Amino acid sequence: MYNIPGQTSHAPARSDAPSAQPVAGAREVAAGAHTVAEVLAHSQVQTVLAELDHGLVGLAPVKQRVRDIAALLVIDRLRKNRGLTAQAPSLHMCFSGNPGTGKTTVALRMAQILHQLGYVRKGHLVAVTRDDLVGQYIGHTAPKTKEVLKKAMGGVLFIDEAYYLYRPENERDYGQEAIEILLQVMENQRDDLVVILAGYKDRMDTFFSSNPGMSSRIAHHLDFPDYSVPELMRIAEQMLVELDYRFEPGDGAAIEDARSTFEAYLQLRMRQPHFANARSVRNALDRARLRQASRLFSQAEIQHTAQDLSTLSASDIRASRLFAATAAT
Amino acid sequence: MMTNPTGRITQGQFSFLPDLSDDDIRLQIEYGLRKGYAWSVEYTDDPHPRNTYWEMYGMPMFDLQDAAGVMVELAQCRQTFPQHYIRLMAFDSTRGIESITMSFIVNRPSKELGFGLARQEWHNRTMRYTVHSYATDKPEGERY
Repeated sequence: MYNIPGQTSHAPARSDAPSAQPVAGAREVAAGAHTVAEVLAHSQVQTVLAELDHGLVGLAPVKQRVRDIAALLVIDRLRKNRGLTAQAPSLHMCFSGNPGTGKTTVALRMAQILHQLGYVRKGHLVAVTRDDLVGQYIGHTAPKTKEVLKKAMGGVLFIDEAYYLYRPENERDYGQEAIEILLQVMENQRDDLVVILAGYKDRMDTFFSSNPGMSSRIAHHLDFPDYSVPELMRIAEQMLVELDYRFEPGDGAAIEDARSTFEAYLQLRMRQPHFANARSVRNALDRARLRQASRLFSQAEIQHTAQDLSTLSASDIRASRLFAATAAT
Repeated sequence: MMTNPTGRITQGQFSFLPDLSDDDIRLQIEYGLRKGYAWSVEYTDDPHPRNTYWEMYGMPMFDLQDAAGVMVELAQCRQTFPQHYIRLMAFDSTRGIESITMSFIVNRPSKELGFGLARQEWHNRTMRYTVHSYATDKPEGERY
């Protein structure tokens, strides 16, 4: 009458049970694929790569590396389908570059690519800094770091300004503890999460030289180059298109070309301290939008057309205090 | 009559089924996460049916995306308490529900002691009955 359930061997794999849920798309779907094209068709990684190409300006070396990684993962999938060993490669990465060079944006895209290739299960990005990992008193750090790691599992953990984790000047700093836990998880649970460290080049180099364990566990070091002025202009124009704005074209006489004014502005801005590449462009455009808004606001009686509302004139940019400063000197 | 014929206590979900494998557990966790539940791990060595509040192993895990995080916690709890009852609980924080919606045992002691029936003689030959866990005859930590 009573059979003893606990004593029976484990239930057979329940293929009909809740596993019918959409588990990480590509991993199962591409199981029978034998050509690169088949894998690509199933995983739709092509779209993400294309988006990376068109959506992000410049960054040629970074894009090449992302493409290489994607290629490796696709070939690994093929190897697996042919019964060859396909050991999951270590994909922990380090993004180093100046502020505003697109480290966070590329990390987001990377999470999507890895998800579409079935390397990570969920493909979400958890962005943290030192404060989220390191505690304030003894025994606070480990639970904090572990909690963040648990949240990031199945996706990508993005540690911004990672070099802050290690503070050599304070030997009792808890950052070291966080690094040790990180290292352990990076080593033991490679299938569960991908860690991306980001920070400025020189400071990351010091960070790695004082943490050789970290350096050796990171397979991919990607350098983000600074943008040139033409690249920054393309970024600015992309941002404006997204926001439904445009530069007012000049007529060669009375009306100044807003685009070339902005270019002149960038030339000046790049020589200033704390130039943050694309971020500075965004801030400059935001300020220009403010000025455009107050310019239109002051013309209370005029009926503004859609074109008026979406046009940044040269004067909006010219009003920047950078131009005033250079004119004065 | 035996109070514990199968030699297993039956509490929470799936307790009449064979033990869930780790893959089964992972699927259940995934299901809960998709519903937006927060999972937590609890353990006890006093499995009396009215012992509702077990010891928490770590904090409830909010904002998780993947079952791996819960499985890590479970593995650690199993390592620390291999001979305890361990259960996973899912908390639904939706306004108006705000309570546990799933709960199932994922670890049992190798030998479950079960319960005995305790009788108490009361006035006018009244009998009062209660269940008594054999495990609790021993002090905490030596029960299983």
